Amino acid sequence: MTQEKDLKGYWKKNLQYLSVLLSIWFTVSYGFGILLAPWLNNFKMGGFKLGFWFAQQGSIYVFVVLIFIYVYLMNRLDKKFGVNEEDV
Amino acid sequence: MDVQVWTYILVGITFALYIGIAIWSRAGSTSEFYVAEGAVNPLTNGMATAADWMSAASFLSMAGLISFMGYDGTVYLMGWTGGYVLLALLLAPYLRKFGKFTVPDFIGDRYYSNTARTVAVICALIVSFTYVAGQMRGVGLVFSKFLEVDIFWGVIIGMAIVFFYAVLGGMKGITYTQVAQYCVLIFAFMVPAFFISMQLTGSPIPQIGFGSTVTDGSGMYLLDKLDQLHTELGFAEYTSGTKSMQDVFFITVALMVGTAGLPHVIVRFFTVPKVKDARISVGYALIFIAILYTTAPAIAVFARTNLIETVSEQPYEEMPPWFSTWEETALLNWVDKNEDGIINYAPGAAIVGAPDIIRDGLDIRRGANNQVMISNEVTANNNELYVDRDIMVLANPEIAGLPAWVAALVAAGGLAAALSTAAGLLLVISTSVSHDLIKKQFNKDITDKAELRYARIAAAVAVVVAGYFGINPPGFVAQVVAIAFGLAAASFFPAIILGIFYKKMNKQGALAGMIAGLIFTLAYIIYFKIAFPELNIPENWWFGISPEGIGTFGMLINLIVALSVKSFYPDPPEDVQEMVEGIRYPR
Repeated sequence: MTQEKDLKGYWKKNLQYLSVLLSIWFTVSYGFGILLAPWLNNFKMGGFKLGFWFAQQGSIYVFVVLIFIYVYLMNRLDKKFGVNEEDV
Repeated sequence: MDVQVWTYILVGITFALYIGIAIWSRAGSTSEFYVAEGAVNPLTNGMATAADWMSAASFLSMAGLISFMGYDGTVYLMGWTGGYVLLALLLAPYLRKFGKFTVPDFIGDRYYSNTARTVAVICALIVSFTYVAGQMRGVGLVFSKFLEVDIFWGVIIGMAIVFFYAVLGGMKGITYTQVAQYCVLIFAFMVPAFFISMQLTGSPIPQIGFGSTVTDGSGMYLLDKLDQLHTELGFAEYTSGTKSMQDVFFITVALMVGTAGLPHVIVRFFTVPKVKDARISVGYALIFIAILYTTAPAIAVFARTNLIETVSEQPYEEMPPWFSTWEETALLNWVDKNEDGIINYAPGAAIVGAPDIIRDGLDIRRGANNQVMISNEVTANNNELYVDRDIMVLANPEIAGLPAWVAALVAAGGLAAALSTAAGLLLVISTSVSHDLIKKQFNKDITDKAELRYARIAAAVAVVVAGYFGINPPGFVAQVVAIAFGLAAASFFPAIILGIFYKKMNKQGALAGMIAGLIFTLAYIIYFKIAFPELNIPENWWFGISPEGIGTFGMLINLIVALSVKSFYPDPPEDVQEMVEGIRYPR
């Protein structure tokens, strides 16, 4: 059945998006905000040490942006594979 | 008008608003009661989720905590926001597609097992009760501080309000009240932040302000100045912190994963009409949350700087009036160890335990400088100041010399934050009992009307129990928050993720994993937090992980046990595998 194959493609693409977005999520929060923070603190942005800024501000902004990118990508994917919900 | 009059006015108006909304949005069916008929607009749901999530702890305590932890406060900031990315990407859309009422519903159906459902119900109940007791306590505190009402009556009034709209309106009533509560709490949080940021740095936006230069003409960056103040007084640099890197890492993971596994948060995404709405709704929720969470670290820096500059190395006699007001509540106290009349602030605890004011009859005993005398044993270090972290947000407007209505607004905001979270949790408790236990386990043929009646009774009982714990808090309330997150991280999260992303995961694996994760995490937390608190020091922790961060380890244990046990048992039945297949696609 062709539909079966399409759904597999949809799921694979979804997992691809997830791994890319979650890698960014991990890098920014745990990478920049914690593991690399002492090193990043050697650089400054305005009055912020960079590691400190990522930990207490930047990571949160990135979280918000990541969710909206995900929403955009998935809405496009739903349409492409014809699994988008009908408008009620 | 003074703060108290303003507080009565603002709290009165907001409470009338919540009651009005409750009457307008009465629930008539279980579907309305449990998930507001699944017809909530995603933006509305995002706002309600934000209010649901941000508790008295986020509103009243978090900025204060960060202000004393500096960089280490990151664990809360990232930990309590990063979980929303996991929710949006890994949980919300699929659980919405699944389309039932509760988290135990999903666990029970997905793992075709009533035992799994029961384990999930027990976890949901422990997590929610732990959490709700703290909220009622917050309500009581605000009442007693600002309205000079006894904590007992404060909690009773709070209970009556929550009872009214949670029992009448269910999820529908709660959703729309939470929207109103979000508006109240965010306004109350931002107004003092704008003012103080303006005063200290000349920039009205706190997020920018705390990275700007101070207005005293020195041209110094605020954070550099604070680091310098810290170093001079012998504290670690504010922007560096003192926790070990692996502990910060593990606590952050536990809080993030715990957030994504909390039943009262997950259930909010059952209330929107479509999968698409569930995704965007998490995004909106995080924007609304991020407004407070990016402001809190700025408030922490402002409050810390203001506190040090006002009190450190200053004569007691020159303290502003707010100092003595808080002294009398035993939340801010000074012991003049070297008898020089000057407040010496340094690292370490100034006294043993929490301040205990000495009274002669009804009068507070005063010392040589007219300071409030406390009976506590003093410690050997140089620090003479005891500061309760919880007062930082409440006292901030006074410390910055803002008008009375601002302080009253903070009180109304704190109440909104506590009530909205309490209501969401009570709903989880009532749904767990009426739906997951009564309908699914004991009486499958129950009518919708009877189920709704049980839901209301369960909500009513839960309000009373929560109120009891609010008035007579078990000594370990603060400690058990670690339990709530640890349990959610070690039990729900892996079970749900495996349930969605690993079609072949069977009930034996999932159950073994949940139980292993649960027991390990509980044992570790109880051992260090309740049984042997004196052993709770980094040298005794496994791999340097504190009880707050152990949920991460519990989650890993859950995953490993689940995957190994799984391979000894048959795959799940065909229809379950089809169901898993089904929830992966929006249509």
